[in-house]
Amino acid sequence: MLKSRSFRAGIHPPGSKITAGRPIERAKLPPFVTILLHQHVGAPCKPLVREGDEVKTGQKIGDSDSLVSAPVHASISGVVKEISTQLSPIGREVQGIRIESDGRDEWVRMEEINPGNASKREIIARIREAGIVGLGGAAFPTSVKLSPPEGKEIDTVILNGAECEPGITADHRLMVEQPDKILKGMAIIMKVVEADRGFIGIEDNKRDAIERVSEAVEREADKRIKVIALKTKYPQGEAGILIKTVVNRETPAGSHSYDIGVIVHNVSTAKAIHDAVYDGIPLVERVVTVTGDVRAPKNLVTRIGTSFYKLIEECGGVKGDAGKILSGGLMQGIAGYQDVPVIKSTGCIIVLSREKSKLPEERACLRCGTCVEVCPIGLIPTILGKLAAEGRFEECMEYHIQDCMGCGCCTYVCPSKIPLTQLIDYGKAELKKRAG
Amino acid sequence: MPGLIVSPAPHIRSDVSIEKIMYSVIIALIPATACGVYFFGAHVISIIVACILSALCAEYVALRLMGKQFVMDGSAIITGLLLALCLPPRIPLWMAALGAAFAIAFAKCAFGGLGHNIFNPALVGRIFLLASWPVAMTTWIMPFTYDAVTTATPLDLWKMQQIATPHLNLALGNVSGCIGETSAVAILIGGVFLIAKRYIDWRTPLSYIATVGILMLLLGQDPVFHILAGGLFLGAFFMATDYVTTPITREGRIIFGIGAGLIVVVIRLIGGYPEGVAFSILLMNAFTPLIDRHVKPRVYGVKRKKIFTSPGDK
Repeated sequence: MLKSRSFRAGIHPPGSKITAGRPIERAKLPPFVTILLHQHVGAPCKPLVREGDEVKTGQKIGDSDSLVSAPVHASISGVVKEISTQLSPIGREVQGIRIESDGRDEWVRMEEINPGNASKREIIARIREAGIVGLGGAAFPTSVKLSPPEGKEIDTVILNGAECEPGITADHRLMVEQPDKILKGMAIIMKVVEADRGFIGIEDNKRDAIERVSEAVEREADKRIKVIALKTKYPQGEAGILIKTVVNRETPAGSHSYDIGVIVHNVSTAKAIHDAVYDGIPLVERVVTVTGDVRAPKNLVTRIGTSFYKLIEECGGVKGDAGKILSGGLMQGIAGYQDVPVIKSTGCIIVLSREKSKLPEERACLRCGTCVEVCPIGLIPTILGKLAAEGRFEECMEYHIQDCMGCGCCTYVCPSKIPLTQLIDYGKAELKKRAG
Repeated sequence: MPGLIVSPAPHIRSDVSIEKIMYSVIIALIPATACGVYFFGAHVISIIVACILSALCAEYVALRLMGKQFVMDGSAIITGLLLALCLPPRIPLWMAALGAAFAIAFAKCAFGGLGHNIFNPALVGRIFLLASWPVAMTTWIMPFTYDAVTTATPLDLWKMQQIATPHLNLALGNVSGCIGETSAVAILIGGVFLIAKRYIDWRTPLSYIATVGILMLLLGQDPVFHILAGGLFLGAFFMATDYVTTPITREGRIIFGIGAGLIVVVIRLIGGYPEGVAFSILLMNAFTPLIDRHVKPRVYGVKRKKIFTSPGDK
């Protein structure tokens, strides 16, 4: 067996991965979807359809001229009912297109591309046209990430299969069930950025995924690609931490991973790239883990734009009384207060009972230093939290507040239950506001 | 779904709480306390109870006067217990109780309560008593002697008469001294328990004790004697590791330990007192804000390993 690699600090929260052994199922075709026009980092899309228009599955219905953006597609066939302001799972108010299903699910596909003959430019254009963004949660447009600035040489591609977030198993199942597609997607990434080696990092609580992917690598007989087992520790899947663990390079503060010759993509993103290039399928569905206090937790292939509540219903409904509904994992998920549609970066929906949603009482800091011990970046969270709370933002800079990646380890361990991550986020937001 | 709760991530918290840590420290002090009772008689129980009750009452009254709510978090119990453990076994009860009340009211609550004090409250209580009643605070008895037949501690014997106490007695604790400081083994058991639980950082006691040992060896003294005698173990495992009054970073804790060790050696070899643990920790408590200001961990993506940074550094 491979020896697992790891990093300094971090935490071991309960994995809560109850759906790890459950094969991916296809969710029922939803009666309606709400396609948000801003699901990604960058400029929002403008609608390409009007109310009353008929659309087909896979048809582009929103796009932008901006360099950093990604188009959106109809995920079912039917009629555009309404274009209006909607709440997104990450708490933003954005324009959304509501499509009512005609029940036929008629598709339009793009032409298939043979990546062997296609040029880099063609492939990148296809990835953009397919609306692919980082599916690990960041939602950064993949075509932009695959076009590093002139002069930046990428020697290493890392696929992120760590899935360290408690609760989520979407990537895990995808690696177990469709490793060949992931590898083919990876090969496309490596071709585009002209990298000569690739690593797939997988946490060692997913032995079956490590085995399946390793077997697939053997089948492909691609000597450039290696599977790396990672110790199960949060936040192993943060890109910066993953790079450090796999190739022992650190991204200098304020720069990008391409400055150190590395590019990281999620395994699901690689699979989406495969589908877009080989099959001409745009990003209209993804695997979503619906878990927590629902009667029948599942990994569901879900059309983008499906209502959270519909998916929860499909998983047997809420067990008891719902306290929180999260978009994302237990460590970094965002709690919502009403129904929202699945967006491209929605990997997980977690229902927490009222009991588990109780907020702990905040007490005075003991200066125990546990937050310092677990911070994977080497920050002093309690001092940052205190400075931010007191409005001393300039001093926050001296303590490297901008390097915080918001993993939440400090808040998790704090015996005084101080919401350190929230305070630090507040400090970061205030500094950003001041910088203009 | 009605009444959904919105709160920032993370949505799970570890089950470690202030109470859990405090009561673990109390559990860790049981071996040392039991040794104190065994060697110096059941009378010391009344000293311990007096200190704890007085500390709790003082905290209750002080917090009420400050308009704050009293929370039974266990921290006042620790202060009372630790103070009792570093008092002579035949100290008058009222004196012990007064020391505990002073420790809580002036060294803890006056600074704002738990988390805000600069100096270790128990040690402030001890120094307060030592300054006020020096005779009572240096009147010792031999183990298993129930009348106050005054004697000298191993460090007194070494300093005044150059008499060495056998190492084994020092390790087990059947020597004269403060109630809970004599048995190095008992203290070590509690300390290892807290280190294993990860409630205290091993770096502090190790750097502290090692500094004393190495320096004493270099200066031609018996290092084992100096490590085991006096309150070094109790101080190193239970007072130099107090969260509130010691540095927050690992690097800072090592500096704290080395500094405290240095001060112990200076006081024992040059100073007027035979012992120096209490002063060494209190002096280093005063340096803690300075250490925390300048000693920071290496930040990811910042090239050079730079332990000392000045506030202006970018």
